[in-house]
Amino acid sequence: MTTDFAQFFIDSSPDLINGLGYTLLLTFISIAAGFFLGILLALGRVYGNKIINGLCVGYIEIIRGTPLLVQLFIIYFGLPAIGIIFTPIQAALIGLSINSGAYQAEYLRGAIQSVEAGQMTAARSLGMNKLQSIRHVVLPQALRIAIPSWSNEFIYLLQYSSIAYIIQVTELTAEGKFIAAHTFRYLEIFTMIAIIYLVLTIVSSEIIDRIAKRLSIPGVGAAKGIGQRNT
Amino acid sequence: MAMLDVKNIHKSYDDNEILRGVSFTMEKEETKVIIGPSGTGKSTLLRCINQLSPPDAGEVWLDGEEITNPATNINKIREKIGFVFQDFNLFTHLTALRNVSIGLEKVKGMEKETARKRAMDELCRVGLDAQTKQYPAQLSGGQKQRVGIARALAMDPDIILFDEPTSALDPELIGDVLDVMKSLCGKVAMLVVTHEMGFARNVADEIIFMEGGVIVESGPPKEMFTNAKTQRAKEFLGRIGALYGGG
Repeated sequence: MTTDFAQFFIDSSPDLINGLGYTLLLTFISIAAGFFLGILLALGRVYGNKIINGLCVGYIEIIRGTPLLVQLFIIYFGLPAIGIIFTPIQAALIGLSINSGAYQAEYLRGAIQSVEAGQMTAARSLGMNKLQSIRHVVLPQALRIAIPSWSNEFIYLLQYSSIAYIIQVTELTAEGKFIAAHTFRYLEIFTMIAIIYLVLTIVSSEIIDRIAKRLSIPGVGAAKGIGQRNT
Repeated sequence: MAMLDVKNIHKSYDDNEILRGVSFTMEKEETKVIIGPSGTGKSTLLRCINQLSPPDAGEVWLDGEEITNPATNINKIREKIGFVFQDFNLFTHLTALRNVSIGLEKVKGMEKETARKRAMDELCRVGLDAQTKQYPAQLSGGQKQRVGIARALAMDPDIILFDEPTSALDPELIGDVLDVMKSLCGKVAMLVVTHEMGFARNVADEIIFMEGGVIVESGPPKEMFTNAKTQRAKEFLGRIGALYGGG
């Protein structure tokens, strides 16, 4: 039984590694693209005029108010009707990025708004313009504050990238489905896949945790209170 | 021509008129102290001067330039007007040194190393040579405020506005901050909102007594403390003198 399982694992591993590669690609590209999109949306919401703020709110509400699966279907199956055709991986990357962007925008907005107003006031009174103040004073604090919720988003994205299998991206879950369909060994293969996701999740949250610790500053964000002295 | 010329400033928040026509002037390197009951518009006046909250009416001129003119580049002007806050507002993510050097780098375009040296000098000047690498959360209130003063000083301002710089401090820490402020006297113009009567009496060239959004009376400390003309100024100085001491 054990040797049989080991053999099955070895036979499956090239496909699983292939799938894992797509899963990681989807996760990393989408979290990064979603991050930049999220920053722009969050800044637009906090500092934008009525029109910009309205556009950002509209985007965020539409994306968060509709299922990711439906968004992927529209991009992959729907858009060809108006002549826009994407490969499965392109469609999945676009879908996951715009989706993650909306969620990250809300995390980042919360973080930006939790930076004390006096920080902006002090930066402006030194002679910094608004953009400099945001860049050098507000964002470095807000990003640190956002790390815990951002870590959540990363893990969420890692697992929800599996939804891409429905539009024919051969990521980890899709490979599992493929192997199982040929061998009927659903229990073994999906247990294996579950373990792979679990390990990925544990490792990535540990890495993010370490980054957070390295970047932490007494009095900023999660580390608030540590090293604080009475005034 | 006066260095700072504040002309007939009016400012309202909603229907509440905080400043009802405030005018005064300041010369180079002069020290003036604004006193008055709370809610009388002293802090608002400071924020109107550097345009953190632009006045509804009236003009502010600095070195012959009208700050209140919308065409003026306010960021350029703010380099020349230091601001020290009641609750410090140090940049929490930066060390004491970086708090002082960031303005030099990002606003004045100074090279990193030059800015660092200049920031070091300013921190030494306020007695914090040992704290340069500490973050605001690791500093005491008095140390934080001295970093705040160093941050303002480093920009080489014409004038520094102090908004109740010692009000958030424990009594035993106030002295250090006041000593630093005294040492600046005659080197840079200072406009100070404070309840520290000792500082007002010993350091100020002029005391401005405000109430109800207007200047009720102003004059040299000696005259104001011993021979105020208005009944309100007399009462206020008597009361506050008893509270905060004259020493």
